[in-house]
Amino acid sequence: MPEQLVFAMEVILNGLMAGVLYALVALGFVLIYKASGIFNYAQGVMALFAAMTLVGIMNGQVPFAHLINATFGTHIHYFGWNVPALVAILLTMAVMVVLAWAVQRFVMRHLVGQEPIILFMATIGLAYFLEGVADLMWGSEIKTLDVGLPQGINLWLDEATFNIFGYGFFIDNLDIVATVIAALLVAALVMFSQYTKQGRAMRAVADDHQAALSVGISLNFIWIMVWSVAGFVALVAGIMWGTKSGVQFSLSLIALKALPVLMLGGFTSIPGAIVGGLIIGVGEKLFEFSIGPLVGGATENWFAYVLALIFLVFRPQGLFGEKIIERV
Amino acid sequence: MFYREAGDFKTSYTDDSQTFPIKFDRYRYYVVLAVAFGIIPFIINDYWANALLLPFLIYAIAAIGLNILVGYCGQVSLGTGGFMAVGAYACYKLMTAFPDVSMFIHVLLAGGITAVVGVLFGLPSLRIKGFYLAVATLAAQFFLVWLFNRVPWFYNYSASGQINAPERDVFGIIITGPNAPAWATYLFCLIFLALCAVLARNLTRGTTGRTWMAIRDMDIAAEIIGVNPLKAKLTAFAVSSFFVGIAGALFFAVYLGAVEVGEVFGIQKSFLVLFMVIIGGLGSIFGSFAGAAFLVLLPVVLKVVGVDVLGWPTDIVAHLQLVIVGALIVMFLILEPHGLAQLWRVAKEKLRLWPFPH
Repeated sequence: MPEQLVFAMEVILNGLMAGVLYALVALGFVLIYKASGIFNYAQGVMALFAAMTLVGIMNGQVPFAHLINATFGTHIHYFGWNVPALVAILLTMAVMVVLAWAVQRFVMRHLVGQEPIILFMATIGLAYFLEGVADLMWGSEIKTLDVGLPQGINLWLDEATFNIFGYGFFIDNLDIVATVIAALLVAALVMFSQYTKQGRAMRAVADDHQAALSVGISLNFIWIMVWSVAGFVALVAGIMWGTKSGVQFSLSLIALKALPVLMLGGFTSIPGAIVGGLIIGVGEKLFEFSIGPLVGGATENWFAYVLALIFLVFRPQGLFGEKIIERV
Repeated sequence: MFYREAGDFKTSYTDDSQTFPIKFDRYRYYVVLAVAFGIIPFIINDYWANALLLPFLIYAIAAIGLNILVGYCGQVSLGTGGFMAVGAYACYKLMTAFPDVSMFIHVLLAGGITAVVGVLFGLPSLRIKGFYLAVATLAAQFFLVWLFNRVPWFYNYSASGQINAPERDVFGIIITGPNAPAWATYLFCLIFLALCAVLARNLTRGTTGRTWMAIRDMDIAAEIIGVNPLKAKLTAFAVSSFFVGIAGALFFAVYLGAVEVGEVFGIQKSFLVLFMVIIGGLGSIFGSFAGAAFLVLLPVVLKVVGVDVLGWPTDIVAHLQLVIVGALIVMFLILEPHGLAQLWRVAKEKLRLWPFPH
């Protein structure tokens, strides 16, 4: 088998893995968009916030330590204990639920019935706010996150591919774990929305707000729930990305990467988010591999957007999105 | 007491359709112009010029440009940073290729080049709408920044990958480079701002502006009553990019002097200008000024209060600034979606009746 083809296969595999991570972030967008028509730009910052909170709780950091020290002249930084990962994850989840409640209570509730673009801009403001709060709470330095997920090259795959092609593929264990977790998460979300009472209520709200209200579904509750679920997805994405590349500001930029994923897949479709993520992941890796060296590299920065842009010109609602019907 | 149209009779159509029909408004405008052109240049120093006035003037131009696109034509763009970069690099290439030509012409040409690029990236707006368009403009943002970073021709093969503004003058007065006097750079930017504002004001109240607003309010209905969406959207992109390009050129050549594209014209810049437009007021020229002034002043005020008065470390103040800007955006959207411009309108409405409100 020619060498280039083997390399390309490795690139595709790695692209698929990266795509899964994009899809994870995109999922959070789709959930909120479906249920409330809000395009939540803050999803990426929520992932950052969740990851930082998780690290902070695990290390026993004092929240707002810098601010307290600066105001009162004290020197406190740590409580002096370490929290086990599982407990910390649960506590972080609780924080995300509180956050969901606060967002609903103080922001979204006042913006019901506004134009979608106003809501979108409100979430940009929310993203700034959360980013500032996260930095104030836990400090802005780069942190390492280790909740015990396996990392490093997968030796078994390396050996297996070496025996077949004479060249060992480099696949990160973490990516494999991420793929499995993403699959579980999607399955759980589908089960939740199909078979539980709350999940059905959520779909009803997504379908028609007023009809849902009239059969006695509490919009308020559903929206808090949706934001909590999105917070949960953000937490999972935050753990994956945080373990991979450290918890830092650039984590919030993956939200921007999730946007072309959504445009490809369509804003309203969960399978779309996954397929879109995979296409973008494979596409940008392959492009970088084949064309990248010719034009100076780092094409990953823009390839996804341009691909989505070109794609949208031909199919404005994305791959799986609902057909856009416009009336006067 | 002062702001009212009672007794302000118009005897000709020209009078009636002037930019500021109310006398008080008109005089206020002349006074502001007189102060800006006649007084400030004599008392300005380097600190005021670099910390407040230059960024304000330049961001105001960018905000007017973006406001035309977002506020008047309803096409949300997140690519402002990229288009500013086009203006900056176009200006740089022109400055180094034709050293003898006046800076005025360079900046205008840079705006023109940006307009062409803007139209190019505006083409998809005919098919893509709303959010999808907002995300599509991100393609412009990331692609353009990448292009200027990776293609050495744009930065004249300099080793650092930066672009540095060489010393250029207008009528013998140095405008760019480290030796440019504060008043000259200030006046140079002010002239562009004044021209842009007058142009924008008159465009938006004429036929062009009305077609933009028709497209914004409902594009299908506009199409049915005979507005050409192709023309309206593309002119909006062109005019908007022209202004943004001028702002980018000034930002690079006059204000900063040296630019590393990813740092200066990144996605953050796009959001900053968008926030100016939102806080100032969508669809208002005055709002663009107010928003730019507000967001230029805010960090300076916060820094003075936080670092100099309270003695906090700078990083905490920087984070607090994020929190405050974010909270302000959300608050404005909830309490006053039309921004500072609407507050100003309400104030004028009240003044009209004051002190006898009935």
